[in-house]
Amino acid sequence: MPIVINSLEYQLPADPRVSLLDFIRDHTGLPGTKKGCDHGQCGACTVILDGVRINSCLTLAVMHDNCDVITIEGIGSAEQPSALQQAFVKHDGFQCGYCTPGQICSATAMLAEIAEGWPSDATQDIGTRPSLSDEEIRERMSGNLCRCGAYPNIVAAIREVADAGQ
Amino acid sequence: MKNFEYAGADTVERATMLCAENGTKAIAGGTNLIDLMKLQVETPARLVDLNSIDDRRIEEEEGGLRIGALASNTAVAVDQRIRSDYPVLAKAILAGATQQLRNKASVGGNLGQRTRCFYFTNIDQPCNKRDPGSGCGALTGVARIHAILGASRHCIATYPGDMAVAMAALDAQVELSGLANKSRMVAVRDFHRCPGYTPELDNILEPGELVVAVHLPAPVGGTQLYRKVRERSSYAFALCSVAAIVDVKRGKIARADLAFGSIAPKPWVDQRLTQLLVGEKPNMALFEKAADILVDGARGVGDNDYKIPLVRRTLIATLCEATEI
Repeated sequence: MPIVINSLEYQLPADPRVSLLDFIRDHTGLPGTKKGCDHGQCGACTVILDGVRINSCLTLAVMHDNCDVITIEGIGSAEQPSALQQAFVKHDGFQCGYCTPGQICSATAMLAEIAEGWPSDATQDIGTRPSLSDEEIRERMSGNLCRCGAYPNIVAAIREVADAGQ
Repeated sequence: MKNFEYAGADTVERATMLCAENGTKAIAGGTNLIDLMKLQVETPARLVDLNSIDDRRIEEEEGGLRIGALASNTAVAVDQRIRSDYPVLAKAILAGATQQLRNKASVGGNLGQRTRCFYFTNIDQPCNKRDPGSGCGALTGVARIHAILGASRHCIATYPGDMAVAMAALDAQVELSGLANKSRMVAVRDFHRCPGYTPELDNILEPGELVVAVHLPAPVGGTQLYRKVRERSSYAFALCSVAAIVDVKRGKIARADLAFGSIAPKPWVDQRLTQLLVGEKPNMALFEKAADILVDGARGVGDNDYKIPLVRRTLIATLCEATEI
C-alpha cells in the first residue's frame, strides 16, 4: 500500500534508512517541509500524520504504509492561504521564514488539540478543559524554534486565529 | 545511518522471536532510537517494526487500568481516566518533550529510552554503556546532568525520563512477554537497573523480551504532584524531579509515595521516606529529616554536586505544597 501525502499517493522508498522528512522533500517534489536540526529538537520538519503533528525527521518513511500526511503545501497556497498563514503575514510571525512551514503545521494541529480539550504542562487543572492563554500557546509551541526570535508575533498570530474561531 | 534490514511483526510472538536474534532492535515510535541511529550510537542490523501489533488501548481491568505498550504518550496524558484518577502520570508525561514527540513516542519505548549522557551520545568519546570497557568520560568530564545516587565507578549516567518516575510512585507493573509466549510482571521500580559492572544493561529485559503493557493499580487519590526542575521552562530534561502522591487524613500523613527522576540510573524510590512520613503530622522539621535520608549516601563528581541540595529542596517544597504547610 502507498503513503498518501496531501491527498496524492506515493510509493514508499526501497531504502529503509530514508526518513519521512527526506522522503517528502526528495522523493515527492514537496520542498516546503524544512530540515533544521534533523534530530527532533527544532520542529522545522513538523508535519501532520494521521491527524497529529510529528517530527518527520525522527521517523522512517517505510514505517508509514497506508498513512495520511499533510505538509505545508496541503494547508494552503499563495492564492488560498489558510487563516493561520494570513495571520502570520499580518503579524510578521517570521523573518527569514525557514521555521515557518513547521510553525504553521504545528499551530494548525495545536488548535485542533485545544478543540479536543487536550491539557498541556501549562494547564493549571488538567481535569478541566484548557483555555488558550499566551502561556498555553508558548508551552504548546515549545517544539518549534525560531532563531530570528519572532516568538511574540507568532503568539499574536495564533491568538488571533484562535480567538476568531471561538 | 548504517544500513539495516527492516521487518514488520504483527504479533507479539513473532516480534519476540525476531528480536531474540543478535543485532535486532524493536522500533515503535522511534523518536529516541532513530536519533541514536543517526549518531551511530545504535547500529542495529535489523529493525522490527511493532506498529502492526494491535495493542495501543487503555482499558479498565480489575482494580486499575491496563495501558498497551504501543499507546502513545499523548494518548495516556489526555485520557480522562488518567487525568482524574492518576494525575501524577498525566502531569509527568506533559512535563516531558514536546507535543510532536509525545504524539509519536510509545509507552513501551519511553520506558526503554536511553540516557542523554553527553559521552553516551558521542561515539568519539569513551563510554562503558555504549562500548563496555572503553571507560567513562563523564567521571572526569562534563557531568552536570549526571547521577548522585545509584551510580558506579563505571557509569554515572541517569535515566532521563519523566513518565516512568510517576509510574514508580504509583507502583505500576510492567507486563513483559518473551520467547515462547513466556510472560512475567515486574514492578516499574525494578524494571531499570543500576550500572554496577555492567552499565550496558539499562534494564532487566532478557534477549527477545518486549514490554507489552503497563498496569496501573486501583486509584489511590490523595494530592498528586510532579515537580520538575530544568534549565528551560519547557522542552528540557529534568535536572531533578519528584513524583509525589501524598494524602493527609485527620491532620496526619496517611500516604507518602515518592519517586525521583534524573538523579540516578533509574527512577529512584527510597522506602525509608514513606516509613518516616506516614503517621506523622506534616511539619518542616519532618520534611527536612526526610530530605536528609534521601541524600544520605548521595555523591557528586564536582559538576553535579549541586543536585544534592537541589533535590533536597525540591522534595521539601513538594511536600509543603502537597500538605499545604
